[in-house]
Parts: sequence; C-alpha cells; structure tokens
Amino acid sequence: MANDKDLAVSAPKKIKLSASSKTFYVICYVCVGLMALICLIPFILLISGSFTSEQWIRFHGYGLIPGEFSVEAYNIIFKTPQRIVRAYGVSIMITVIGTICGLFLTTLTAYVIARKDFKYRNWFSFFFYFTTLFNGGMVSTYIYYIQYLHLKDSYLALILPSMFNVFYLLIMRTFVAAIPDALIESAKLDGAGEWRIFFTIILPLLKSGLATIGLFLALGYWNDWYNAMLYMNTETKYPLQYMLYSIQQQTQALASIASQAGISVQNLPSSSLKLAMAVVATGPIVILYPFVQKYFVAGITIGSVKG
Amino acid sequence: MQGFRNFADEFKRHKALFAMIAPAFILVLILQYLPMTGMVLAFKNYRYDQGVFGSAWNGIANFRYLFASGTGWLITRNTILYNLLNLITSQLLAVFIAIFITEINNMIFKKISQTVILLPYFISWVVVGVFVYSIFNYETGLINGLITKAGGDPVNFYGMPGAWPVIICLFNSWKWTGYNSVIYIAAIMGVDSAIHEAAAIDGANMFQRIRHITLPSIRPTLVTMILLQVGRILRGDFEMFYQIVGNNGQLYNATDVIDTYVFRSLLTNPDIGVTAAATFYQSVLCFAIIMIVNAIVKRIDADYALF
Repeated sequence: MANDKDLAVSAPKKIKLSASSKTFYVICYVCVGLMALICLIPFILLISGSFTSEQWIRFHGYGLIPGEFSVEAYNIIFKTPQRIVRAYGVSIMITVIGTICGLFLTTLTAYVIARKDFKYRNWFSFFFYFTTLFNGGMVSTYIYYIQYLHLKDSYLALILPSMFNVFYLLIMRTFVAAIPDALIESAKLDGAGEWRIFFTIILPLLKSGLATIGLFLALGYWNDWYNAMLYMNTETKYPLQYMLYSIQQQTQALASIASQAGISVQNLPSSSLKLAMAVVATGPIVILYPFVQKYFVAGITIGSVKG
Repeated sequence: MQGFRNFADEFKRHKALFAMIAPAFILVLILQYLPMTGMVLAFKNYRYDQGVFGSAWNGIANFRYLFASGTGWLITRNTILYNLLNLITSQLLAVFIAIFITEINNMIFKKISQTVILLPYFISWVVVGVFVYSIFNYETGLINGLITKAGGDPVNFYGMPGAWPVIICLFNSWKWTGYNSVIYIAAIMGVDSAIHEAAAIDGANMFQRIRHITLPSIRPTLVTMILLQVGRILRGDFEMFYQIVGNNGQLYNATDVIDTYVFRSLLTNPDIGVTAAATFYQSVLCFAIIMIVNAIVKRIDADYALF
C-alpha cells in the first residue's frame, strides 16, 4: 500500500518530501552532536573540577569551567608521587604480562580450533564456549581461588582471571580463518613442523588480529579494579584503578568524619584532589585512544558476528 | 573403546596441536570448571576449617532462608527490571545513533562524533563512579550547584531511591551506546550501496530507504544482541552497580541486584551458604533461560539462534 502511494507522488509533494528529508538531516546532526556532547560532559567536568580551587568548589560546587583556577590538587599529587607511581608500576606490570600471555594463549588456541583437519576442534570450542553459558558464580570461585589456589594477595590474582576470554578467542578465530589452508598445506609438504608453521607463517599474518586482541586485553587489565578488590590486601600491590577507588573512599570518609567531628577540613583539597587523581589515572587512555580506536572498532565489529 | 582408539589416533597424528591448545585448556579447566564444583556450597553449612567438601550438608535450608527473608525476591526483581530497562534503552539509543551517523555526510563531523561517543567504553567504572559522584553529590555536585544558583534547595540524590533507576539507566546508556552503535553501523554499512541507489532511482525517499533497507539490515544484529542480553537477564553488571551506587544502605531496596548482594554478603556475612545459594540459583536459572530462549528462537528461525 505504502508503495502505491509513493508512486503517485506529484511534483509539489516531492518538494515537500525533500524538505522533510532536510529536517531529518538536521535531526541527525543535532541528535548525534547532542549524544557526543553528553558523552563529553563528564570529562569536561572532571578536568575542570581538578583545576578548580577547593574554596570555590566548596561554595559553588563543581562546574564545567573552573570558577577559580588552581593547580593545588596536582601539586599535592606530584609532591608525593610515590603512591601513584607505585600503582602505575603495578598496572603496567600486570597489563604487559597479562596481555602478552593472553595473546599467546588466545592465538594458539584460535589456531588449533580453526584447523579443519583437527578432529576435536568442535569439542574444544564447546569446552570454551560453555563457560560463557554457565559458571560457578562469585562465591564458589572466590572461595576456590583463595582456599585452594591461594591467590589471596598474589599478583597472579590480577593476571590469571582475565588472561583468557572466549569472546577474544572467537574474534581471533575469525582472523585465523582468513588465512588460506593451502599455506599451511604447502608448508607441511615442505617439511615444516606444526610449531614452525605457527610461528613463521601464521603469526606474521595475524598482525592486525594480534593488535586488536592485544588492545582489548590491555584495556581490560588497565581498567581492572574488581579482582584487586576481591583478592588484594596490601596497599602497595594495588593497581591504578583500585588505588583510585580506595582514595575516593578514603577522602569521602575523611571529609565526613572531619565534618561530623566539627573539624575544619579546609586544608585538605579533597574535592579537587579526587578529580585530579581520576585525571592522572585516565589520562593515558584518553590520549592513546584516538590512535588505537580503529582496532577496537574492528574487534567489536568482528565480535558481533556470531561464530 | 572405539572412541578411545579414535582419540589415540588423533592424538598421535596431531600431538603438536594438542600441545598448543593445552595451556588454555588447563587454564580454563582450573579457573572456570573446577570452581563449578564449589557450587555444592549452596547445599552446605560452610565452615572454612572443614573446606568446601568437608562441610556438612543442610539440604535446601540456604535457599529457604534466602527467599523467606524476602531478599531473594527483591534482588531477583531488581536484577530483571534493571536489565530490561537497560536493554531497551541502550539498544534503542544505539540503533538510532547508528542510523543517524550513517546518514551524516560531513566526514569530519561524523568521525569526531563517532570517536567521542565511543570514548566512554574505554573508561573504567571507577572513573564513572567519580563522574556520578561529582554530578549528583549533595554538597558539591554539579546539579545541586546549578539548583542553588537558580535559587532552589539542593536535592539529596543519595537519599532518594527513586532517582537511581534513572541515573543507572543513563550511565549504562552513556557507557554502552558507542560500543553498540559500532555494531549496528557495521550491519548498516554491510548493505550494498547499489541497493540504496536503486531505491533512490525508483523514487524511494529517505524514510522509505531507512524503513525498508536500513532497518531490515540491522534486524539479525538486533536479535542477536537482545538474545545475548536476555541470556544475562539474571546477571547484574556488578562493576556498574557497585561503582555508581556504592555501599549505600538507603538505596539497597531500589538498587541491590543479585551480584551486589552476593559481593556484600561474601565480605560481611559469615553465612556463606546463603550467599552461595544466591549464586547457584542465578547460574542455574541463567543457563536454563538461555537454553530455552535459544531453543524457541531456533524453532522460529534457525538463522537467529545463538548456537
């Protein structure tokens, strides 16, 4: 019915239609622009607040532009940077180790389950995929990790749980599947062993796959605070995000205790300090992000196609 | 016997492939499968000194306690309602944004807005928690600053349970719209541009093209995304809820989901059995739901089934 109507559009109606398309274009730009602005506002608030003087925040609240410019919060952070440098060190260590190990595991596994001549590939695929459908839950996992694997307060608790992810495995399998079987066959005829085929033929062809999954893994490790919260006791072993979280909690607690006790907390720029800490912890990601965005977009796109 | 012979043959033939898949196999076995045995805790009266398997059985007492206290129903209701709300809002928003972005012709605007909209995906929930606090807190929050400036009385959001479904939903969409829209944009771009051109030549206007070409092109993706989310309907996004709401007793009725309840109980409640019962119930029901939904979808249209 709708189509019959369209065929009968007369000339003046056409002009009207193009006007409505024009309106639609405007709506597109406005909506997308608005959404982008909404995505950006918290970041602006964060940066602005971190550069605002404590006095101003206390009387006027956080704003989108610093009411009274001040670098006091950053002075405090960089005057005693040991804590944050230490947390950066922990985060960098677990990110590097975790990403390299995770990449190695993911690539090897993806290669094997992509090999069509491997009889048990479906069995293994199911073995891995099943964990996305069913898992032991937080309690049994937590008790098992602590009581039987003794992961409490060990860096392994920050590295192992996120090292292997089925979602990344499926993405990597797509990358591996793009490599023609003939390549492997001819290498075999030339007498190359499986490991040699993997390292000298497969790996060099997986550069973009490695970059994509490597970045996903690295982002996961960098942003992880959950495992730290569950398993880490020693403050010097906290990764960056968890240290940020514990500082947020402490200053909040400190401010409320001080105000309850009638003590002036004027000297502690806790409001701007909190935001400045968040800026220092998030800065590297936001700066790196535009350069690596395309890999994430590729990964998300491939991941959305069911394997 | 035959099966074992087959396996032995395959093992001999592909020793290297088995060696390659072994690390991931062992890791997943130890970190994912073995903790599943800990699920028996749900039927036990756990004592640390007796371990998971040494503790005494107590039938379904844990489940009875969980639901008799009303907590079980409350957290189940909250988890399902939040997931439904977040599913609808974030997917709908992502579909709209994806359609709008693909219709935009200005490449610079398109690129920048796409980059900005995906940015929240890269931010850890800890930092999102800082955002929420700096926008909504009573003393220095952005909104209360604006309200007082306009002459109104500040609002104590952290004591207002009704506000949190909205806030949580907002930030969930804020974090995931970019990610989801990447998936939909890929689906829309997957359509051969010749189809759009042909439609335009046949006199189809923009709305007709969107209605009859773009929307059908994202339908399979939309169904997959909904299925994936429905399979997680009983899993609360712990990181989001924990960072946005925190340990705020006033808001438990409105914001406690299974995962936050389990986490809190794990650290504060010595009665591990009841907590284990909650995760057991969650895992088993989740598994049942995804199997049933997938079976139904498979019957209606096998192409849309997840597995």
